[in-house]
Amino acid sequence: MWDSLQILGTAPVFNAQLLLNGLAVGAIFALAAYGLALVWGVTSVKNLCQGDLVMMGGYGAYEISRHGLNPMWALLAVPPVMFAFGWILYRLIIKRVIQLDLFTSLLATFGLAITIQQSLNLAFGPEVRALKAGFGIFHLFGDKVEISEVRVIAFALCVLLALGMVLFLGRSRLGQAIRATAQDPRAARVLGVNTDLVYAMTYSINAAICGAAGVLISMIWVIQPFYGIAYSVRAFVIVTAAGLGNLPGVILAALGLGVVEQYSGFILGAQFQQATIVGLLLAILIWRQFALMRHRKALQ
Amino acid sequence: MNPAAPSNRRMAVLYAALLVAGVLAPILFPGHTVQFAVFWIFVLFALTWDMMGGQMGYNSLGNILFFGVGMYVCAVAQISIVYDVAEYTAANGAIKVDFAPHQYFEGLALGLAWAGLIPVVVAAVLSWILFGLRGPYFAIGTLGVAIAAAELTNSWDYVGGGMGIAMPVYPGGPGSRERFFYVACMIIAILCFLTVRWVYRTRFSLAINAIRDDEDKAEALGLHTGRYKMVAWSISAFFLGIAGALFGNMTGFIEPIDTAFPTLTFGIFMVAMTLLGGKGTLWGPVIGATLFYALREVTWTYLLGWQYVVLGLLIIFNVVYFQQGIMGWLRARRPAWFGVRVEADRAHGTKAESGA
Repeated sequence: MWDSLQILGTAPVFNAQLLLNGLAVGAIFALAAYGLALVWGVTSVKNLCQGDLVMMGGYGAYEISRHGLNPMWALLAVPPVMFAFGWILYRLIIKRVIQLDLFTSLLATFGLAITIQQSLNLAFGPEVRALKAGFGIFHLFGDKVEISEVRVIAFALCVLLALGMVLFLGRSRLGQAIRATAQDPRAARVLGVNTDLVYAMTYSINAAICGAAGVLISMIWVIQPFYGIAYSVRAFVIVTAAGLGNLPGVILAALGLGVVEQYSGFILGAQFQQATIVGLLLAILIWRQFALMRHRKALQ
Repeated sequence: MNPAAPSNRRMAVLYAALLVAGVLAPILFPGHTVQFAVFWIFVLFALTWDMMGGQMGYNSLGNILFFGVGMYVCAVAQISIVYDVAEYTAANGAIKVDFAPHQYFEGLALGLAWAGLIPVVVAAVLSWILFGLRGPYFAIGTLGVAIAAAELTNSWDYVGGGMGIAMPVYPGGPGSRERFFYVACMIIAILCFLTVRWVYRTRFSLAINAIRDDEDKAEALGLHTGRYKMVAWSISAFFLGIAGALFGNMTGFIEPIDTAFPTLTFGIFMVAMTLLGGKGTLWGPVIGATLFYALREVTWTYLLGWQYVVLGLLIIFNVVYFQQGIMGWLRARRPAWFGVRVEADRAHGTKAESGA
């Protein structure tokens, strides 16, 4: 651990390497976290199977690459499929737990998470997989720092998707309906918004975003059926840190988490990766609690 | 009292019948003693979870933490009376230490004592940190703690890391180990049931039910909610710790991810069993555990590989379509069994309830 710290101190280029990798990964976290914030804000369902939807997207890309195609094509094919899947999930399960208490929705999506990850395990096996998209590598700072082209492309795509979402929510009719429902579902219903359709669209859009994130993850990192829970926890970390409906906050927190993870992975070792994320989650929850306590004191 | 409601005498007969069944089970089916012992542990799981989730409204997804802590604490205590723990775990089972019978049982007694104590301390400390979280945040926070504990134990060399610990070998003939631990598991599960039953008859249960129904109002009425929550969690932790210690010794080999902190199996079974039986009742968890365990034994045998998919679907179905659980369903169908008098008014077809 001290050795790694010394390396970082003596060779500052490593910092650039970790920073770039962290930003590329963080951009993808931002997608999953943004989807979670969307569903959370609109339907108030805490979607614990977020990460497993991401993994489904990754395996969609794997399936396409198995047929000899470049996994980049999955970016076109996977989101519509995941959209349909999200729609089915909404009709069968989510629709029925929206009205119930919060733990019910949490447990139902947790059950979904188990079902999805185990089905993926049965269908594709427990091996860790990484897909080759066949792109080159950029060399920076005189060959000392390298970043693969696919990471740059993934980053750009994440930015594009995020921009698209902002435009969609801000400008389109459905986007307005979604925001209205998030603010006050009853008022929206009174004013003629079909909230059931809005909920269904929100959940399906979230599934599609997760699918796209999964495709990108499969190319720049690794996929495995049981890694989903880590992405769910990450998304929760980001959303609880940034707060709902705070898109710049979500993006910043996601990029920050990506960088922190790269650093902790380098300094502490890869086996502490999950412990680091979970530790961060606890730290944020506890910090929120103290903030809340201060708030209550102020009220008194 | 309504004649249809279970009288004390009938309950006594029921308890006696269950006790006899518990004693007879390993005698009649000696090949399944371990399964029966695990069944008692499952009953304990459901009872301790329901105290938090059902009666107090704090749905923990990480109670399995105390199970694992108890298991590891007991293992370390048992080994440490004869051998240096770090060397023992580093040798990875290669060192065969002969535990004389008196050493083994002394170690086990010491281990069980620590396995009861340390989880209570952990629960007290964690309750100070985690009970500020409410609702889903508490569930996610406890889940996080359990996952983190598994990961940290996995890379902690002193307790063997991911390689685990080979537990001391039970001194005794074939079959005697299973019988010994069966009796131990049954006793601890029954003790747990009696404790929970006693607790639910005291003011304590009123307090934790008040916390479930409206914590802010309970606080405003002068209940020290923090203390109640800590005590309730500590009771759960005490029994879970001892159950973990017994389970570890019964299995003979422990490791962090799948045996000690199995968040996605035992950890979620607790919740599934309680919900299946009906949460917030005394018998619900017991019935749920019985049904769930029977179902699990059948599906685990015949559904090679698909069992976890079925488990996930069961949870979804349970939560979405059968939320009240078996006890809740019975209560709605046969209120008389629960001492609720229903007076059917034929002229208007309405029901008037009295008593509860």
